[in-house]
Formats: sequence, structure tokens, C-alpha cells
Amino acid sequence: MTKFNTFLSRGFAASAVLALSALPALAQAATPPVPNKGDTAWLLISTALVLMMSIPGLALFYGGLVRSKNMLSILTQVLAIVCMVSLLWVFFGYSMAFTNGGGLNDFVGGFDKAFLAKVDANAVVATFSNGVVVPELAYMAFQMTFACITPALIIGAFAERAKFSAVMVFMALWVTFIYFPMAHMVWYWGGPDAIGDAAKAVAAATDEAAKKVAQAKLDEVKADAGMLFKWGALDFAGGTVVHINAGIAGLVGCLMMGKRVGYGKELMAPHSLTMTMIGAALLWVGWFGFNAGSNLEANGTTALAFVNTFVATAAAGFAWLIVEWVAKGKPSLLGLVSGVVAGLVAVTPASGFAGPMGSIILGLVAGVVCFIFVTSVKNALGYDDSLDVFGVHCVGGIIGAIATGILVNPALGGAGIPDYESKPGELAVAAYEFGPAVMAQVKAVLFTLVFSGVGSAILFKLVDLVIGLRVPQEQEREGLDVASHGERAYNS
Amino acid sequence: MKLITAIIKPFKLEEVRDALTSLGVHGMTVTEVKGYGRQKGHTEIYRGAEYAVSFLPKIKLEVATNTDLVDKVIEAITAAARTGQIGDGKIFVSPVERSLRIRTGERDAEAL
Repeated sequence: MTKFNTFLSRGFAASAVLALSALPALAQAATPPVPNKGDTAWLLISTALVLMMSIPGLALFYGGLVRSKNMLSILTQVLAIVCMVSLLWVFFGYSMAFTNGGGLNDFVGGFDKAFLAKVDANAVVATFSNGVVVPELAYMAFQMTFACITPALIIGAFAERAKFSAVMVFMALWVTFIYFPMAHMVWYWGGPDAIGDAAKAVAAATDEAAKKVAQAKLDEVKADAGMLFKWGALDFAGGTVVHINAGIAGLVGCLMMGKRVGYGKELMAPHSLTMTMIGAALLWVGWFGFNAGSNLEANGTTALAFVNTFVATAAAGFAWLIVEWVAKGKPSLLGLVSGVVAGLVAVTPASGFAGPMGSIILGLVAGVVCFIFVTSVKNALGYDDSLDVFGVHCVGGIIGAIATGILVNPALGGAGIPDYESKPGELAVAAYEFGPAVMAQVKAVLFTLVFSGVGSAILFKLVDLVIGLRVPQEQEREGLDVASHGERAYNS
Repeated sequence: MKLITAIIKPFKLEEVRDALTSLGVHGMTVTEVKGYGRQKGHTEIYRGAEYAVSFLPKIKLEVATNTDLVDKVIEAITAAARTGQIGDGKIFVSPVERSLRIRTGERDAEAL
């Protein structure tokens, strides 16, 4: 998450002024920045767009892919998860993700802001630009929509057979023990001003003792961040936190729950690809809020993320269409839609870091690789990931996360890795080194796979022992709509 | 009285209806059905899942008629529904013992 376009647009005059004297900087620090109305409006609109991705976007996208007897179970699970996680988020989720966690701060936050304590209409939080803040309530609500959609993504992996009560209990545990810590580890940090001010103090220190104190303070500010953030892992809008995290949890879930009755023998064709198309289109539109909104401000980097979200998606949809046409003989709508979603997933971590041409390459690769996973690898391995949560979200997320470490390179049209320290108060671009940049991404991917994979397995096992994960076979045959919810999607 | 049951291609329904109407057939019952005969089914592919769909959508048309009209009705349906391609369908003729119009209580030939 970052933007350095502001740096370019401000030009060299501002940095020259800053270099001349520390006095103007001190004067600036005296008047705390206030939120800009345009930034605030954009962040709130983005928040609503991301909510639209879950309901109705994801619900319809998934719902259309199941058999008509299970349509309402999907819609119900998605909406119920959104309602439940919204409450958990304001009760303790936001605090666990975005406060200092004391001794556990590398992994998770604390409870200082539980029940939104101290988060009132006057509270502000940092963005990615020095001297730019947004209302904390807007930031909290924006992040809330991410917490809502991530668990909702998981349900696709074990659609058409999961017990509703088990899904709800699992999701409450999962966001608490997996999602909130992941969000903290990747996205929690002090912000540009905290680093900038501490770095300025180091520069301003006159004697050795003062310099030592100031340096210690700077180290402390930099240390107050999540573990993956400190590794240097880049994740603009949630490749690790959202997609790899949900994708691997889905894979573990479908393995532990077992295949659907009749899988591989009976017709399990999607009951309405029309709904799936509507849902995917809503996802794409909403994803502009997800990715471009993740810049928190409305500026050039926001537009970059917007354009990347547009073109990577188009490339991935087109890539899947063509590959399927060649390999299977016909270009299908479901293939096109699947490619679109794979592209959206892949560009998520890269959206504010890559350039548009890099994003197109990323989209093409994601479309082809996800196609191979979903059509061949899944069948070869024989697991029943009903709606391809692993093959699209986890695989697409991994491709995107690793590609982010490559495409961020300014030489490839990328935005570069942000550096708030070398020119305190300004956003500079750090020198790009391929090895460390890519290794930080690989480490973050591996950590997420293990943390979420193992953690989810423990939680699934726990829920299985206490409640049982699956409905009885006769209920699965009858369909979850009638068996679990006592209603039917279509009465004609 | 005979009951003529024809299985035809769905898109031929209007042509068949027109042909029967011009013969003086005043009513018929139509059902959307699925089935297969010599025409093979097709394959549907949803991402990695391939399904052989052997039951194809057809229209089942039922007409009850006086025995003397049977040959003309069969002829009209055959002419209208034929494309010459495999899958054009079949016609079955079976005897009808009695018929009755519910509203008036008319019976047999008067009820057709």
C-alpha cells in the first residue's frame, strides 16, 4: 500500500524547502492535518462499493454456480457472514487488527479500541502521504468491508454440503484467530508522518547523545508494525490477507468436509450462469473500491490502482477465454467470468505498485494458470472445491503477490517501493533490488499459506467435533434450501 | 377415437400447430419433455467439469381425434415437423375408449 505520485507532483521545490531548514517542518507539525473532503468522500464511496462486492456481488456469483436447490443456502451464508462479521469488527476486530498489541504486536493488535473506544468523529488515521489523514471511522468502515468479504469467499469451497450453524461458528472463530491477526501483520504500521517526524528528529539532533535518543525513537516507530509489513512484503489491497488467506482456508475446508454426494457422477451444472454473470460484473465494479479505495486518498496512485484493476481483469478474462477455446473447443461465458475474477484477484496486491502494462502481463498469466488449475489440476488431485475458491483465489493471489515484487520495479513501469525515511516528510522511492523484493513476497505467501492453512485446519476440526461440519446425506440430497432454511429459491 | 402423441423438435411446434389448425383440429395439449432416441446428446463443460447430457429437450404434443382424421393428422404433423435431420421425433397412435367435455358433459365425438 503506497503512492509516490504525490512526490512527483509536488516536484522538487517542496523537498528543497524541507532540506533548507527544519523550522518549517516543525511549524507544520504544530498544526495537525485535517481530513480532506475529497479523500473522505472517496473512501466512504469505496466502502460502499466493497460491501456491494459481498452483497449481492459474491452472493449472486456463487449462487448462480450451485444447483437451484442450494441457491438460498449460498445467499444466506454470505449475508449472514456480512452481518455477523460487521458486528465482530466493531466489537473487537478493528482493535485486534489496527492497534498496538504490546508483546504480541508482531502478530496481532490489542483491545484499546474495542467497541470503538476512542474512535469518534474527530479521530483521524494516517494514509500513505505525509500530512494527509482521513477520518478514522471511514477507515474503520472501509476495513470492515474487507473483513466481511474474506470469510464469505471461503464458503464457495464447501458449498452445497456445509451445515449452516457450523459455517457461522467457524467464521466467527476464523476472523478472530486468522483474519484479524493477518490484517494486523500485513497492514498495521505507524504511517508516513510518524516515520517522517522521527526521521526528522534524527536529522535535527545536534550531539551524539541526542542522535542516539532520536534514532532509538525512530527504530521504535518503525518496529510498531505488523510482522509481514516489517519483512517488506507489499500487499496493496489484500492478496495475502484476503485471497491467499481465504483460498487456503477453503481448500482445507473442502478436504476436511469431503466431496459432495454424487460428485463426479451426477450432473452438478450451475443453475444460473445469468446470476453468475451479474455477480461477477458487480464484483468487478466493486473491486474499484477494493483496490483504488485501498489508497485511502483520492490521488494519482488511486487512479493507477483503478486503471490496473481495469486492464489486468480484462487481460485475464480474455486469456481464459482464448485458452479454453483452444483447449476445450468452445469459448464459454463461465470461462470468461472465471478469468475476470482471477484477474481481479491477481491484480489486488499489485494494483498500486505495478504499471498498467505490467498489470496486463499479470492478468494474462493469472488467466492461463488459474485455467489450468481449475480445469486440470483439481481433477487430477480429486478434491471437491465446489466453486474453485482455491484454484481462483489462492492460486491467483499467489501469482499476484509474487508478481507484485517484480512489477513494482520502476524499470518495468512500476511505482517503486515507498521510502518515507530517507527524505523525511516526503515520499521517496527506494532503490529496487530484485532478490530482496521477491523474497519478501515469497516469504509472505508461504507464511500466509502455513498460518491460515494450519490455523483453519485446527478451527475446522474443533467445529467438527462440537457441531459437525456437514449436513446428513438425505438433507444434502434434498437440498440445503429446504433442509436448512425451510424455503425455496424458486416457486413457480 | 385415437390419441396421437407426437414427439417433435421444439422449434417446429408453431408449424405443426398451423398445419393441424388448417385441418380443423381445434385443440391439443403440449408438454416440454426430455428424452433421446437415435440422436446423441451433447457435452456440457463447466470449468473443469464435463457432463454428457443425453436427454435433449423435445415437445410432446397430444391430439385426440376421430378415427377417420388420423391419417391426415399424421401426415400434417410429419410434413410440418420434418427437417430430414436425425432427432426429428416420433408419432404414436393409441386407441381412446371414451372422452368427455367437463363443462357440458358431452361425450365421445362431440367432446373432441
